[in-house]
Amino acid sequence: MPQLPPSVPLSWYLALSLILFVLGIAGFLFRRNIITVFMSIELMLNAVNLSFITFSYKLKQVDGHIFSFFVMVVAAAEAAVGLAIILTVFKNRQTLEIDELSSLKN
Amino acid sequence: MIFAAIAVVCAINLVVQTHPISSALSLVGVMGALAALYLLLGGEFIAAAQLVVYAGAIMVLFVFVIMLLNAGTEHKGHRTWAKYAGVPLLLVFLGLIASLIANRLPASENVVFGQFTKGSPLEIGRALFTTYLLPFEVTSVLILIAILGAIVLARKEID
Repeated sequence: MPQLPPSVPLSWYLALSLILFVLGIAGFLFRRNIITVFMSIELMLNAVNLSFITFSYKLKQVDGHIFSFFVMVVAAAEAAVGLAIILTVFKNRQTLEIDELSSLKN
Repeated sequence: MIFAAIAVVCAINLVVQTHPISSALSLVGVMGALAALYLLLGGEFIAAAQLVVYAGAIMVLFVFVIMLLNAGTEHKGHRTWAKYAGVPLLLVFLGLIASLIANRLPASENVVFGQFTKGSPLEIGRALFTTYLLPFEVTSVLILIAILGAIVLARKEID
């Protein structure tokens, strides 16, 4: 088994944040279930939070933590409202496929 | 590094799985791993808040809605333009930001646990209630509006 390094460079954290963000975009683009699309958005928010915390560590300032906290709060509010919208949509249309929810298009 | 691997594997699982419940549980894994990484970066308060707010509250909300709507596996749809244009654009984005990170941040500086000590609840609270007091109050109003909106959207119509 290869020996893991005891500590990793700071840029690896940013690379992980980038990978998670790209995976979030991929889920947002390629998935059809509206709940999964919503979870991909949450994944992207988490990735941005990680880079906030990393830069806060780099700059030795607490502001990144505050911003990350605000992002969390906004994400909680967004999840509540978004899931309520999903409930209403499902009640009216009986579907969760985003391709069938195209009445706004025409 | 182990937690980073866990996070990436769970995130890939989130995108690949067809059932929403599997995706939700993968997202819980991502958030748990990220909380451990926050702790390594010195953010004790944010790590705790991540576990409580994200992995606890928000994901319970998600799982609750998935159960309530009885969401099944999604159908294979026709291929849209997103599948053709999305993958190259994603790879271009990945390469651009990766080159930016590699150029601007040399890989010399290592993260040492315990070097950054300003992430304690004491420091966070001090900054939150002095410098960031106005955003904090605006956020509370935002949450109030969100609660009202959620109730209005999700209630049953009363005749």
